[in-house]
Amino acid sequence: MAELEAVIGLEIHVQLATRTKMFCGCELSFGDEPNVHTCPVCLAHPGVLPVTNEQAIRYALQIAAALECEVAPRSIFHRKNYFYPDSPKAYQISQYDVPLASNGRLGDVRIHRAHLEEDAAKTIHVGDSGRIHGSSASLVDFNRGGTPLVEIVTEPDLRSAAEAASWARLLRETVRQLGVSDVNMEEGSLRVDGNISVRPAGSEELGTKTELKNMNSFRFLERGIEAELARQRELVEAGGTVAQETLHFNPSDASLTPLRSKEEAHDYRYFPEPDLVSLVPTEEMLREARESLPELPAARIERYRKQMGLAEDTAALLATDPATAAYFEQTAKEAGKGVEPRVVANWVTGELAAALRQDGGDAGAAESKVEPAALAALVAMVQEKKISNSSGKAVLATLVAEGGDPAAIVDREGLAQISDSGELESIVAAAIEANPDAAEQVRAGNRKAIGAIVGFVMKQTKGRADGGEINRLIEAQLDARAG
Amino acid sequence: MASGGGAARLDLETAPRIRRVIDREQVLHVARLARLGLTDAEVETMAGELSGILEHVDRIAALDLDDVEPTSHVVELENVLRADVPHESLPKDVALASAPDPVDGAFRVPSPQAE
Repeated sequence: MAELEAVIGLEIHVQLATRTKMFCGCELSFGDEPNVHTCPVCLAHPGVLPVTNEQAIRYALQIAAALECEVAPRSIFHRKNYFYPDSPKAYQISQYDVPLASNGRLGDVRIHRAHLEEDAAKTIHVGDSGRIHGSSASLVDFNRGGTPLVEIVTEPDLRSAAEAASWARLLRETVRQLGVSDVNMEEGSLRVDGNISVRPAGSEELGTKTELKNMNSFRFLERGIEAELARQRELVEAGGTVAQETLHFNPSDASLTPLRSKEEAHDYRYFPEPDLVSLVPTEEMLREARESLPELPAARIERYRKQMGLAEDTAALLATDPATAAYFEQTAKEAGKGVEPRVVANWVTGELAAALRQDGGDAGAAESKVEPAALAALVAMVQEKKISNSSGKAVLATLVAEGGDPAAIVDREGLAQISDSGELESIVAAAIEANPDAAEQVRAGNRKAIGAIVGFVMKQTKGRADGGEINRLIEAQLDARAG
Repeated sequence: MASGGGAARLDLETAPRIRRVIDREQVLHVARLARLGLTDAEVETMAGELSGILEHVDRIAALDLDDVEPTSHVVELENVLRADVPHESLPKDVALASAPDPVDGAFRVPSPQAE
């Protein structure tokens, strides 16, 4: 049987960080006592009318612009009918056949659609243990009910759990940098569901998909999808077929529980919401959304690759988080023309990241004690061979621990590279004298044996000599003696 | 029942038709989704009335409406929006006044999972 390929699409709900709800003026909140942000509209008292929050429309248009979507010239709201205590109207106001935005892209993943809707209330299911009647109940808190949501649906363009998690991170950073949502998965302001199927590699047809819910961290998202893919592969390889169902991921043991089919009666009898008129984004609204976009991670990655010549993974490491990006760009600017951005990038993602890890903290470059100007000066000193590479690392460790000026640290610690070639030559001569065996082997053609002599010189100079220069001098002296 | 009519006349007899007759089962299905209890007589009435409505939709579908924008609202308004400014919410006791069985400031309801 051909190898089975994973086909994954994501559905993302983003709570918008407006001050008030989607269709009434109740304030948004998180963690307040239950039912203190309600009114006749969000409690669905008879005769009330919803009025759309213009800020929610602005935020949704910004998301649409960031995801390079086409915005519908006219879109309408629909009622999605279902009975559940989290929805007092017995319908959710959502969008159906004409979503606000469609046909977009973020990175390598196509966006199918992005639409506006309102969040449901929070229900807490109370267990029946110890209860007199033996029946269980639900407690409903309507504070969250009516919070503006943008639902983003991707095309099934992802091919592994790791890819899905990493793309979801890119989406979160993108939305975070728009400033339109808190995008906090634990608090539920960002919720990601997966549509998952497998098919023989090379096939164009889509397999039967399952929907995976309740993955409230990126780690769980990856583990949940991984577990579901493993389940489907095992099933199909054993000759079985995947049933279309919704699965609930249980993070404590990575198990998947099918939701009961009753909860899945997808017969929502959508019809146009008669209480809300059409949404017709004006030229001005669209322009405002476009112009409000900051440079977003995907565009920044592209710029670092094309204009600064960074490798893709280095660019992604630096460009995703705006603070890290700003730190890198400031450092590259301070380092000036003599130092290529690529070299600065490698210091930030390589030596500096390692030194910060070594230091034990979880601070990123931007929060560290190493000022961009200090790192720039340090990189320049190494580049200009004023100090050796290993001295550079020693100075960086000091900078990470205490901050300060690298030139002063070099002076204080006596790390300036030995620039007097006479001094270095005599140390090299002494090293050859002290390692006659190694010298003999190098002469006999074993180039690796030179390491012992180099090490001796490094020790004598406390790392203040340039490795390339040491090698060159050793070879020159050995050749001279041989000749 | 497939629509018949052998002649190539463009009228309701030959216009493309989806089968629009609502039977008893469909009425019961929709009633179940809408949590409506209907008597047998009501089911019969509904089946007839709903079929009549769809019959009417069929007549519209038979017209050439390619150049007509779909109508979702009869009022000529668009972009009715409000500023994102908080109003005062209901005091909690008022919000909960219509709850028959509140507990800990929440509406207590029978568990939908035990339904």
